[in-house]
Amino acid sequence: MNDAVISTRNLDHFFGTGDARKQAIFDINLEIARGSLTILMGPSGSGKTTLLTLIGCLRDVKDGQVHVLGHELNGASEAVLVGLRRRLGFIFQAHNLHESLTATQNVTMGLQVHGHGDAVKQRKAAHHVLDLLGLADRRDYLPASLSGGQKQRVAVARALVSNPEIILADEPTAALDKESGHTVVQMLKSLGKARGTTTVMVTHDPRILEMADRIITLEDGRVISDELQ
Amino acid sequence: MSRLLTLLFGRLPIGWLQLTHSRGRFFAAVAGVAFANLLVFMQLGIMGALNTSTVAPYAMLDADIILSSEDGNTLTDDGHIPRARMYQALGVAGVMDATPLFIGNLPFTLEDGSSVSLLSFGMDVTKPQFSASSIAPVLSKLSLESTALLDEGTRGMPDSVVEELMSGGRFVFETGGNTLTAIGTMDVGGGFLADGMMIMSDQTFLRVFPSRTSGAPNHILIQTVDGVAVDTVVARLDAALPSGNLRIQSMEASASNDLAYMATERPTGIIFGFGVFMGILVGLVIVYQVLSTDVADHLREYATFKAMGYGQPFFLGIVFEEAIVLAVFGFIPGFFVSMGLYAGLVSVTGLPVEMDASRAILVFLGTLAACSLSGAIATRRLANADPAELF
Repeated sequence: MNDAVISTRNLDHFFGTGDARKQAIFDINLEIARGSLTILMGPSGSGKTTLLTLIGCLRDVKDGQVHVLGHELNGASEAVLVGLRRRLGFIFQAHNLHESLTATQNVTMGLQVHGHGDAVKQRKAAHHVLDLLGLADRRDYLPASLSGGQKQRVAVARALVSNPEIILADEPTAALDKESGHTVVQMLKSLGKARGTTTVMVTHDPRILEMADRIITLEDGRVISDELQ
Repeated sequence: MSRLLTLLFGRLPIGWLQLTHSRGRFFAAVAGVAFANLLVFMQLGIMGALNTSTVAPYAMLDADIILSSEDGNTLTDDGHIPRARMYQALGVAGVMDATPLFIGNLPFTLEDGSSVSLLSFGMDVTKPQFSASSIAPVLSKLSLESTALLDEGTRGMPDSVVEELMSGGRFVFETGGNTLTAIGTMDVGGGFLADGMMIMSDQTFLRVFPSRTSGAPNHILIQTVDGVAVDTVVARLDAALPSGNLRIQSMEASASNDLAYMATERPTGIIFGFGVFMGILVGLVIVYQVLSTDVADHLREYATFKAMGYGQPFFLGIVFEEAIVLAVFGFIPGFFVSMGLYAGLVSVTGLPVEMDASRAILVFLGTLAACSLSGAIATRRLANADPAELF
């Protein structure tokens, strides 16, 4: 089970063009093993989120290589990218829920991306994940009437509901209290054990560092430390 | 509604849900589309009124071919032809009968002192077959000296006069120094040509218009023998009659030439045509604004869907769903408010501003197409951007 599901080779990334062109990522070479829980750390502006979005197919890879689930992202067609995005679960820093959909409907969107299918089954699956995250009594609420932590948990449920092969999470516990933050990370970790789901998480949260298999620290776009726990 | 649409689409009706999520925004979007509809309907209504009123006088006549002078642009323009052409035409094979038609404008001072113009038609009352079936039975009554049929839709005509006439009464009035007696009504309606119409015998016409002579009518109407094609007879007349200053056309051709002339050569027609063009253009801009604002408002949410693996067809689906909802919900108030304004225009101007089904369907389909296209253009921004750049 130790084959790499994510690997990067000589990965650089630039923002802007012309004189405003600024390098955000410098020569990153990583291999991330299936079923592991990896934490990306570093001060703000160190390139953590950029690296995560590059791996998550949310940003064009232009310099260097990124291999995700057997596909090269540099120069990949839109169809390949769309296909990969469906196999990933991305948890955003801002919850990014759809304002006019209820919690259940938002989670269902994570399933319908794989095809329409049975609406009743999809609702059941959505309810199940929401219940696991302690949102049983908030299933039919619109995001506007949920607290920040509840919204974040709905976003986690949306990413997990379709059993993604890789979960990419950008500060998923920032808006959560200690207990629910712990629950979320515990879920990610047990998914890794049970299904071989790989998790890469950006976080500043010292409370969850001890649960990681590996901690990678970035500074100014470069890897400055890479420790296995 | 939401459940129904879920069944229909096999997915959550996101377009519908996000449109109706904020009532204020939904109302504003629907109002925008309705206003675009209203704008186009009003311009088309006025343009349609010009067309209808241009050909309205043809409805009083029943003939197959019309001989006119080349210097008259339309049926009601001044232009005379020699009566001799009528006798020459009667000698052409396929011509059954012919009659002269005199047309002139009479001023008429209403009781309140304002003056209206009456487009007056002088006809041979011994040949009622040349007038429409609603007029033919009473045409012989006009053989009485100085009598006329008055248009009940005449602008400014008091209702009491119309009611009096319709119940068999008479109405004596003075025009251009002559006294006329209206002995009945007909229903043609005023338009851009005149405030109303009037029919009288050719004898009365020549008395009221002393400068006109019986030898020079405006037109000559011809009926063809049944079973002979009108075009054939037109061609024969063309060959038989002297060509100088004479136009020989079927009635249909004459009517459509009048329409084309009024729409493309008269200032009113050009202005109204321009109005329709501007109405459609402004309508398109409004609809595009509504749809592109909506897409911009939801760009973050769409970007999230894109990050989850939804492709461009999904977003086009949402936008088309919204386009259909907005087109339908905007059309309904747009249509009914237009009907109300049409009725208002009719009562104020007496112009034949009418809604017809083909116009309503055309405007609806146009709205649907404009909404869909605007939405499709607005989502292009999404197609070309990395999801991470849109959060």
